[in-house]
Amino acid sequence: MTDLFTEAFIASLVFGAVTAGTPLLIAGLGEQISEKAGVLNIGLEGMLLVGAYVGFSTTFFTGSYPIGFLAGGLGGLVTALLMAGLCVVLSMNQIVVGIAITLGAEGLTALLHHFQFSRSYPRLSEAASWKIPLLGDLPVLGPALFDHNGLVYLAVALCLVLIWVFRRTHFGLNLQAAGDKPAALDAAGVSVRGTRIAAVLITGFLGGVAGAYMSMVGAGLFLPFMTGGAGFIAIVLAMLARGHPLWVLGGAFLFGSGLALTTALQVAGVNIPTDVIQMLPFLMVVVVLIVFARHSYLPPALGVPYRRGER
Amino acid sequence: MTGGGERERAREALLRTLRIVLPIAGALIVGALLLVALGKDPLAYYGYVAKRGLYSASGLQASITRMAPLLLIAAGLIVAFRAGLWNLGVDGQFLLAAVCVAALAPALARELPLPVVYLVCFATSIAVGAAWSLVPAFLKAVHGINEIISTLMMSFLGVSLANVLIKIPFNDPATTVPQTATLEVADRLARIGDTTVHWGVVLATLVVIGVHHAVEHTAVGLRLQMLGANPRAALHFGLNVRRLTFVAFALSAGLAGLAGAVDVMGVHGTIRADWNPAYGILVIPLVFLARFNGYAVIAFVFFFAVLLIGGESASRRLGVPSFFVLVLVALLMLFFALVEFLAHVRRARASARP
Repeated sequence: MTDLFTEAFIASLVFGAVTAGTPLLIAGLGEQISEKAGVLNIGLEGMLLVGAYVGFSTTFFTGSYPIGFLAGGLGGLVTALLMAGLCVVLSMNQIVVGIAITLGAEGLTALLHHFQFSRSYPRLSEAASWKIPLLGDLPVLGPALFDHNGLVYLAVALCLVLIWVFRRTHFGLNLQAAGDKPAALDAAGVSVRGTRIAAVLITGFLGGVAGAYMSMVGAGLFLPFMTGGAGFIAIVLAMLARGHPLWVLGGAFLFGSGLALTTALQVAGVNIPTDVIQMLPFLMVVVVLIVFARHSYLPPALGVPYRRGER
Repeated sequence: MTGGGERERAREALLRTLRIVLPIAGALIVGALLLVALGKDPLAYYGYVAKRGLYSASGLQASITRMAPLLLIAAGLIVAFRAGLWNLGVDGQFLLAAVCVAALAPALARELPLPVVYLVCFATSIAVGAAWSLVPAFLKAVHGINEIISTLMMSFLGVSLANVLIKIPFNDPATTVPQTATLEVADRLARIGDTTVHWGVVLATLVVIGVHHAVEHTAVGLRLQMLGANPRAALHFGLNVRRLTFVAFALSAGLAGLAGAVDVMGVHGTIRADWNPAYGILVIPLVFLARFNGYAVIAFVFFFAVLLIGGESASRRLGVPSFFVLVLVALLMLFFALVEFLAHVRRARASARP
């Protein structure tokens, strides 16, 4: 065990943590917006899958990564449109609709992939990475932290932008009010429905981009059910972050490390069954829930449809 | 006036039927459009599904056999949903109990008479399933943590743990692929007459009916319903909400565990690594569609078992992967929710009228 923590091991662990944590960060930030506005988006997993499939197919046929990410985001947005229409406009049960969206996305993406590629799983050419000058030349941590796909830096930037949006903009305050006291927002003359629809659609777009990152950069290929619960982990991250984007960033990196441990241990030559490693992130969620149970915060009006004049 | 009352009753009955028929028809029609878009003949697909799942003797028996685990999971979900608890972790509870029983049953069958083996295995499966619900129940009862997330996490954890158990401690060294020891066919649950249907189906049906009546007509059932309708009111009424939450979770997860035992001891006899039928997430919409009514659950589970068995045949024969059944279930849920919503609007309009 003494030679486990070599430079190569640490470098591959950190690099893997960033790669695995980025989709969690993007999706977690998206879910945070939706939860702030009072919509528990259980369909996030489905939005990730749709993004993963649409993003992969688009890049497969066009060869362009930016167009792939955009298409993945739009795929997630269209899925979220269903969620917004049924849950926000028609006030239907958010949990039933969320499960239905996840199930439908699982079936539909697997089905479409089957008809497109039959049983073959083609790979994309390796995604380009942007090395940040100077920082990227640092020993060990330089390549692990500062030599990634451009989306990774955008995700971190998004985190900072959201801090500003939540604190300093009208939209951010409206989001908060829509989740905490929708009646007050309504009385102030702002549409609760409009605010929530906007929140759900942004979540869908970000979920789609996160899924596209998983298939296009993380795996390089699309597999049925490939998101494997990442959407649900992102929901937990958003719940535990209590509305602070920076906590999502920290949590995403932590869970990313858990996910990356498999590959890192293989690099180090330690042989542990993959099933044991696969349990780690979920075990972490459960432990975190037990330890920090009292600190998780959800808006009072979360999951409750808003109808004007109803108590 | 009596004529009007009768007409009103007939109208209500018609609307009740429509609330069930419309979502199914809607899901089948949209599913058909999807098949057309994929270049498949929807009529041929649905026809083949009906033929292989319903009209052939072996297919019908396979469908009825498949009902056993689905019914037991549904019975557990009725308990949880009535208590307002979203137990979405039934897949982990099911698989973990199934794997434990798969390891236990062949070992016990060598030593003990069969009835004892069955009783011990059933009790074990219930205990394992219930144990896997302790953490979500604790988080919900003590800290008010949303059980949707915690049960899902425990489910993912349980499925992985089940695989670890199959690959390491419970692995049968005599086989090349990782799997548990096999329960001899003679030691499995007895078949009914000349059919391939085992008695577990009868047990499961009785459990669903029993749970239905217990929830609807007993004091415990009333407490569960109060908890589901309004937890705060239940607390003010003097109910021990914490204990009730633990009990409801344990019952729900225990029945999911029993489903695992019946499926292993009635049909499979052994479990291979990475086997996960994911029944739970598919049964959830059915329990909703049946509005938590046990008898309606039996009808829907039968419909669904036919779809599953027929769909499995069709995927081999017609080249439509069984993923399509997932899409159908999702459509079913969406249409069901939509019809419920329309019925709600209609009631609201009717009550608003002077």
